[in-house]
Amino acid sequence: MVGGMSGSHRQQTLWPLLARRIASALVTLLMVSMLIFALAGLLPGDAAQEALGQSATPEQVAALRHEMGLDQPAPLRYAQWLAGMLRADAGQSLVAGMPVADIIAERLPNTLMLAGMTAALAVPLALAMGITAAIRRGTWLDRAINLASLSMVAMPEFLVATLGVLLFCVKLMWLPSLAMVSAEATWGETLRSCALPILSLTVVVVAQMARMTRAAIADQLDRPYVEMARLKGASLARVVLGHVLPNCLGPIVNAMALSLSYLMGGAIIVETIFNFPGLASLMVNAVTSRDMPLLQACAMIFCSAYLLLMLAADMVALIANPRLRAQ
Amino acid sequence: MKQFASLWAKAPPANRIAFAFVGFWLLLALAGPWLAPHPVGAFVDQDVFSGLSSRFWLGSDYLGRDVLSRLLYGTRYTVVLGLGAALLASLCGTSIALAATLWGGRVDEVIARLMDTLISVPSKILALVLVAACGSSLPLLLLICALTYVPGNFRIARALAMNLAALDFVAAARARGEGKLAIAWHEILPNMVHPLLADLGLRFVFVVLLLSGLSFLGLGVQPPYADLGSLVRENISGLTEGAPAILAPALAIALLTVGTNLLIDAMKPEGQ
Repeated sequence: MVGGMSGSHRQQTLWPLLARRIASALVTLLMVSMLIFALAGLLPGDAAQEALGQSATPEQVAALRHEMGLDQPAPLRYAQWLAGMLRADAGQSLVAGMPVADIIAERLPNTLMLAGMTAALAVPLALAMGITAAIRRGTWLDRAINLASLSMVAMPEFLVATLGVLLFCVKLMWLPSLAMVSAEATWGETLRSCALPILSLTVVVVAQMARMTRAAIADQLDRPYVEMARLKGASLARVVLGHVLPNCLGPIVNAMALSLSYLMGGAIIVETIFNFPGLASLMVNAVTSRDMPLLQACAMIFCSAYLLLMLAADMVALIANPRLRAQ
Repeated sequence: MKQFASLWAKAPPANRIAFAFVGFWLLLALAGPWLAPHPVGAFVDQDVFSGLSSRFWLGSDYLGRDVLSRLLYGTRYTVVLGLGAALLASLCGTSIALAATLWGGRVDEVIARLMDTLISVPSKILALVLVAACGSSLPLLLLICALTYVPGNFRIARALAMNLAALDFVAAARARGEGKLAIAWHEILPNMVHPLLADLGLRFVFVVLLLSGLSFLGLGVQPPYADLGSLVRENISGLTEGAPAILAPALAIALLTVGTNLLIDAMKPEGQ
């Protein structure tokens, strides 16, 4: 793949391409920040009114609005907010009265842990399903995997979660139905209490990855080089792992990145069902309590995670496939 | 009709099952309220969360209402809102994609950038903020679900249209001096109907999942109306008893979306 025949040439073409991708991702992120700011501005109600309650006089509300900086024009507030975000200062939560960064610092590790553990389970599983289905194309096993993944793609999370609770918590009483995450808990305890959220999320994300893996590999298996390698006497495992997989790394990693980005913001329902203290449920709270700085910061984290994952997938594709760099 | 019958006869059994599945749900959405054995809001059972019985086929819910009747009404909201939003999203996405393709250059660049921005906000988050900002009346929910899935449809439609626009027959139409609208309508659109229909089905699945997710969080369809997601939410306390009141609507959503997905897969031309 990474042949040495044009090492210096590759260096020349790879870096400008990567720089362009990064710049384009940054522009998108800037536009996302405008969109998020504009959307948050649409929210009815007013944090000052919310904080003071119905009995506050108009003067008190106006004073608090001034203190919170809500009376300044929107473009100015946007500029201030953006400058703050660049310094990793997301401002003060309007409801909790503490820095947004502190609130998020409490929840972000939980979300990352849940996403990480789900990815550690889902990615190998999806690869195994996809590769098996591709190798056994047309057999009953392929059809079974196809049917299973088609069904899993369309399965609502709360069905998976409720069936899981019913089976493992109510009938078998193996697992707790609420996810407890605390600093004192040992790894084993955390894993046990997060088993059901992880399983539910895995069911949701694994299918799409498996389908894309199957499609990418099945497409390569018809190529002459595969036949050549087989005729040479290479085993099927060697051909698939050594020849085919590197050749379709780009599309597979892309599908993985797309599915895994779902684990950050898409986990809302699973977090709600299991009472998991993650970022998505924090954002739902921020929406209902009109806590704009918190809402904006959460949304920015989700969008950055998406862009970062897509960028990483792009880079892997560029490094794995020199032909993409030729254009 | 005859053509349809012969198509039906030739179709493999899997396709027939998938088709029957989706037809069944459309029929339920149309005829549900007439089939309902009990009034939708009436407290008909003394017991709450009762099991399956001959009087209440799917048991009763947390207030002692008939689950089957509520399910039949809820299906209508889910299916109609889902179909409406999916159609609207496809209509907007495809129109914008055609415009971007035909005008090209700067216009295309700006539109594609905007869509990239929209697509990088997770769909549930976008819908959540929009619901909080605009409200969740039924027409608004339809609009929000549609808006959330416009970028996805745009991407597919633009890729299809770009490929078609590069072909000779479009160049010929341009050379004949036909207008952009005529080219879009007569040359490009007819050639992308098939993949767009598959995409419509997929959008429908996504919208149903998003909508029931929102309702499940309490931010979607509001009482007195109830879609399938709201039914799951309001009966969540029956989970520990394994009441049919919570399982039936959740299963109904899964059967609807999985059935649609299987139909799309069955309709795919051979060799893809």
